[in-house]
Amino acid sequence: MVEIDWYLALSAILFTIGALGVLIRRNAVVVLMCIELMLNAVNISLVSFASYHGDITGQILVFFSLSVAAAEAVVGLAIIIAIFRNNLSVDITRINLLRW
Amino acid sequence: MDYLYDLNTFLPATIMAAAGLVAILMAAYKARIGNIFNFTIVALVMALAVSIRDLFGPDGTAFFDMIAYGGTAAFGAFLVTLGTLFCVVISRDYLEAIDHHYREVYAMILFGSTGMVGLAVSNDLIMLFLGVETMSICLYVLAGLIKGEKIGAESALKYVLLGAFSTGFLLYGIALIYGATGATSYAVVAGAAEATPLFLAGTALLLVGFFFKISAVPFHMWTPDVYQGTPTTLTAYFATASKAASFIALVLVLSRMIPEIEGVELTQLLQVIAILTMIVGNLIALVQDNVKRMLAYSSIAHAGYILVGLAAGTPEGYTGVLYYLFAYTIMNIGAFGVIAYYERNHALDFTDVHNYAGLGYKFPVMGVLLSVFLFSLIGIPPFVGFLGKYYVFAAAVNAGLVTLAVIGVLASAASVFYYLRVMVYLYFREPHKEYQLVRPGALFKYSLILLGILTLWYGIEPIFPTDSLIELISTYY
Repeated sequence: MVEIDWYLALSAILFTIGALGVLIRRNAVVVLMCIELMLNAVNISLVSFASYHGDITGQILVFFSLSVAAAEAVVGLAIIIAIFRNNLSVDITRINLLRW
Repeated sequence: MDYLYDLNTFLPATIMAAAGLVAILMAAYKARIGNIFNFTIVALVMALAVSIRDLFGPDGTAFFDMIAYGGTAAFGAFLVTLGTLFCVVISRDYLEAIDHHYREVYAMILFGSTGMVGLAVSNDLIMLFLGVETMSICLYVLAGLIKGEKIGAESALKYVLLGAFSTGFLLYGIALIYGATGATSYAVVAGAAEATPLFLAGTALLLVGFFFKISAVPFHMWTPDVYQGTPTTLTAYFATASKAASFIALVLVLSRMIPEIEGVELTQLLQVIAILTMIVGNLIALVQDNVKRMLAYSSIAHAGYILVGLAAGTPEGYTGVLYYLFAYTIMNIGAFGVIAYYERNHALDFTDVHNYAGLGYKFPVMGVLLSVFLFSLIGIPPFVGFLGKYYVFAAAVNAGLVTLAVIGVLASAASVFYYLRVMVYLYFREPHKEYQLVRPGALFKYSLILLGILTLWYGIEPIFPTDSLIELISTYY
């Protein structure tokens, strides 16, 4: 039997890696992947909490979160394709027309 | 029959969801775009009528405590529907003029508004999450409407990346609150929660997610970029309907989930955020030449004023917040609407304030309307914006937050400069080029005039001995 703390620690570490990735990576596709990592890290938390409480709500929320992540990835990738057609690059440091 | 009863309490969103499905089918079968537009208007008018009925109805919870109805939730549904209706009405002419009038726009707006109503009536963290995401994903699509131009695609990319990033925080907050209490329903969470580190961390992350959505400083960075790159009438939709829904959801969370819990004190935090938001929003708005960008920073500043009412945390404060959201919805859609009308003319770049020189005389009705909306945004009586500011600041003073109210008044005094600057260009500068403006369409013109009349009417309404809006709202708390 693995204690819930370990699952929560894993989830927190993955979430932090994802958040740091969003902040420091320059490729828009990689940033999107890091966001997916954050959402999936939260799913680990939700499932382990659900098991800890013996309650089904958390697992239901994981289903919603998975479908939301999928929808977000679809829209995000479509927009990245539009960006690529305009700029021939998905480097987010070069997407800087709008500032201040 | 319980199910039908529940559905009846959720009717505005149900109508919009069903209409959205029909609208996207009409788009798939290449229906005439005018028909899709008319259909959308009819559906939204029905939803608005139902949501006005709900304002006076009983309150409670439905769908196994997933949603609340009546009271604040009904007011949220009303604001979203009102904002959506006016944004759709003014969108048609504008989107035609900029050659981005796609059939799918109206379905996306209807789905987005369904999410917004879901968000505004949420009584459970799961519903909150679903509402936020249904809303946001539709808004990402709408932000990328001008996908062939660099600015449009860039604003959509910034919106989707930062929006999804904030979703991560919101969801993590929900997960931690669920872990700390074993429940997601507001009432159960409020009963089961203690001020443990786990619960506090969850609340903090949830609030970060909210601050992103309402563009409070320091989570405001996406707002000006997104507002500038999005078609103007859809910017109005982002700035009013989605903001109103997020704020109402925040009011529900703060008033129903947080306050029962010993040792969780959010007033300090909300005060700091409100002060930062008001100061940063107003200061950066001072130096903007692009009118849309100026209004984006002004919407950040208005989020700060609304946060003043939330920081007060009293029933009076929440009443003030609801009234402010109503005022903000009608005057801001009006201001964006007039700007959208000027932008339809391709003679000059009418997002640059320098090109507004002498514009007030070209088509006097529009100039007068823009002045009315800007005066109301400043908060000058007898317009509705003044009353909104009055209620939130008075609530802050009565709750003992005098410093906060003083900073708010000073910040809104600074805002006079950048709003009046637009009017100085409208009326006191000579145009440097000759051009003709196109005439506005009848529906477009009369809906803006109606918004102007509402702005004035609700500003002078309290002097009549009638049942005013503020009395209705104050019964909710």
